[in-house]
Amino acid sequence: MSFAIFFILAILAVGAAVMVITTKSPVSSALYLVLVMCSLAGLFVLLGALFLAALQIIVYAGAIMVLFLFVIMLLNLRRDEFGHDSHLIQKYLGFVLVVVILVQGIVIVGWAMKDYSATSSLAPIEGTPVDYNSAHWVARTLFTKYAYPFEVTSVLLLAAMIGAVVIARKKRLPDIENEEG
Amino acid sequence: MVPLGYFIVLSSVLFSIGVWGVLRSRNAIIIFMGIELMLNAVNLALIAFSSNMRQILTRFVQGVSPSEAADIIGSAMASGQVLVFLVMTVAAAEAAVGLAIIISIYRLKDSVNVDDVNIMKW
Repeated sequence: MSFAIFFILAILAVGAAVMVITTKSPVSSALYLVLVMCSLAGLFVLLGALFLAALQIIVYAGAIMVLFLFVIMLLNLRRDEFGHDSHLIQKYLGFVLVVVILVQGIVIVGWAMKDYSATSSLAPIEGTPVDYNSAHWVARTLFTKYAYPFEVTSVLLLAAMIGAVVIARKKRLPDIENEEG
Repeated sequence: MVPLGYFIVLSSVLFSIGVWGVLRSRNAIIIFMGIELMLNAVNLALIAFSSNMRQILTRFVQGVSPSEAADIIGSAMASGQVLVFLVMTVAAAEAAVGLAIIISIYRLKDSVNVDDVNIMKW
């Protein structure tokens, strides 16, 4: 059963990821990316990470993709603006390079895991909880062991927010500034 | 239970598709989506490894008391998820700043084609 779910979600994720890259219109790309995020959230559920599955939907499919769609709508990109000058050599060289990276990755993982048996026969230790993946353990670890990185993250978000506002702000023309001053 | 290797192979496939998107596309927004795809692939690998921490660590904590073992395994498994949490935060910050840069470039050049943006090229 879990194999069937895994393969359905994996095929959905890979197919949607290919569509993200190959579709001409940026809006369809963004919507396919939402599909990738949602199927990855399903895989997180399959792995038992329920909290992160919820976070994946809320943060990625909710916040980040809305930001993408907002920018695409704001810029009002036309369909025929791209693809006309894509260098052919670059395109195929990129594809070959990606296949090389993929084969390397799979070979290295296969070599590293050749004597790792995922289905361990060892039973859980008596008296330890079964559900280690719960939000309880994530929160406990995040706010004790990783409290400092968590605080640094908030500074990062603040810096990103201020940076985004400053970069995207419309520059005032000098004469308007003089009139106001 | 699906073996760990399946998830890692899926993760590398998604990562490679992300790299392909970054190399192939001329649209800055699609390049950004490729980067998001790569970050997501890494998240999947991290969660797959952290879910398998239990099988890996169970053989090392046979001697200690149950509450200590629970602490060790629980914090080890949650560490991977905390890392994914931090990756998501960085992705959000990166998307916000990157899209702001794209808007700024569009105002300047009237295009988001990365071939048009070569003002910093020697």
